[in-house]
Amino acid sequence: MIILHKTDVSSSEITPKEIFEDRRRFIKQAGLGLLATSALAHSNLLLAANSTHHTTPVGYQSKSATALPNFTKTAYGKEEKLTSYEDVTTYNNFYEFGTSKSEPAVHSKLFKPYPWTVSIEGEVKKNKTIGIDEILKLAPLEERIYRMRCVEGWSMVIPWLGFPLAQLIKWAEPNANAKYVEFISLADSQQMPGINLPILDWPYVEGLRMDEAMNPLTLMAVGLYGEKLPNQNGAPMRLVVPWKYGFKGAKSIVKIRFTEKMPMTTWMKAGPREYGFYANVNPQVDHPRWTQSSEKRIGAGLFAGRIKTQMFNGYTEQVGQMYAGMDLRKNF
Amino acid sequence: MAIKQFFQHTPSRRQISWIKSTLFLLCLVPFTRLVWLGVYDGLGANPVEFVERSTGFWALLILLATLSLTPVRLLWGVTWQLQFRRMFGLMMFFYASLHITTYLWLDYGFDWADIIKDIIKHPYVLVGAAAYLLTVPLAVTSNQYMMQVLRQHWKQLHLSVYLIATLGVVHFWWLVKKDIREPLFYAVVLALLLGVRLYYKLRQMKLKVDRARKVKLSAVI
Repeated sequence: MIILHKTDVSSSEITPKEIFEDRRRFIKQAGLGLLATSALAHSNLLLAANSTHHTTPVGYQSKSATALPNFTKTAYGKEEKLTSYEDVTTYNNFYEFGTSKSEPAVHSKLFKPYPWTVSIEGEVKKNKTIGIDEILKLAPLEERIYRMRCVEGWSMVIPWLGFPLAQLIKWAEPNANAKYVEFISLADSQQMPGINLPILDWPYVEGLRMDEAMNPLTLMAVGLYGEKLPNQNGAPMRLVVPWKYGFKGAKSIVKIRFTEKMPMTTWMKAGPREYGFYANVNPQVDHPRWTQSSEKRIGAGLFAGRIKTQMFNGYTEQVGQMYAGMDLRKNF
Repeated sequence: MAIKQFFQHTPSRRQISWIKSTLFLLCLVPFTRLVWLGVYDGLGANPVEFVERSTGFWALLILLATLSLTPVRLLWGVTWQLQFRRMFGLMMFFYASLHITTYLWLDYGFDWADIIKDIIKHPYVLVGAAAYLLTVPLAVTSNQYMMQVLRQHWKQLHLSVYLIATLGVVHFWWLVKKDIREPLFYAVVLALLLGVRLYYKLRQMKLKVDRARKVKLSAVI
């Protein structure tokens, strides 16, 4: 059963304020007069409640304390309807903070993403480290609205803040042997209660082929909705690879290693039949557990149904050529 | 033991009907909560999943409650609690029906091509669907009239509840990605509930054999 910790949610920051406050008042009033409420009123409330949930925050305001002020908006996904800040920050898969979707938002409250150091190693000119403040200055920050498709059959639309991973790779100076990039997440049992459970082989490891990592779509994200990444979304720095299933996006990265051989990722180890290295969104290749031909859009409401999943999550034009000639059924 | 003492006080008819009504209303609390949350936008980011999980959980929990009534009789020799078996069973069917309706309607919008594909391709869905289909004849025959019609076959038919419960736990187990703690807990509870039955069944069989042997011996002498 999912227990939602509604009181911890700071949705007032993003849902247009008047709607948000109105909803609260609405609930209070409705709660008082509940016993007297007729069935008809109920159905009206249902519609009203759903429509607030549908509402896309048009002009959002970010928290001033954590705002990332200097970024440029881009054309990426500007036609998409954003998933609400509330949903983006309370429905998370981040097993280091617990395996249910609502746990990361609760259990990551005391997590300290600053200061933060990332070490660069493996097939590079020389090993080095870089602090998060330097990373933030490495390249101009852009806002990109990407679709995110989870392997479990749901999706969101998120306005990320970050810069192309290629910029960081250029700075890292990999040598000619570097064919793959490995991303290693923090595994600190003091700050991350989930690490104490042997559910996955910690630390969380993900990887990309060099050309995938250098693809202009691949983003090193440091924020969302105009502010620094909330802890539950992978603060202070995470990978976003929009044409792949969400689990490829390693969170709270502490190490980037360049390798000659294909890295063994955490989910490949956990279920080799279920999770492959590529994990490209592909409606034709089913997961043993979940249908991949359609998906549920988060925030669309109880009666919205499913939408068709697109090949490469709709990014074929930008990434399709990298997989030309590959059997995607085998290389799932 | 406290449980033994609790059950050994046999309630009066009036008390039984009070307990029954209370349990009935308690069983409806999760449903009422879902309606409430649905109306007031409290089902979270993925409301369909929320309803699916919740109804599935309660169907399984109430089924385990149904299956715990007989072990109480076997262990402590009390029988009054068996009067709640039908109500629990039908409540389980109610939640299982809500569960499958949510899946067919809210999740898949009655897209039968997709539904059939989902059932065939994914073992956990197949197991769940099988479990539900097996509950239908039990629900239909859970009344006095059908008991009279079926006579001794009624009991045989209702033995399938053990299979249903097992499929239910397997369904949950296979659906979980990696953290199996919760389904493991239900598997252990189910194993205990079935284990008690098996123990008494075997003991009964042994007693019969022993008695038959004694009779034979005395006949020889």
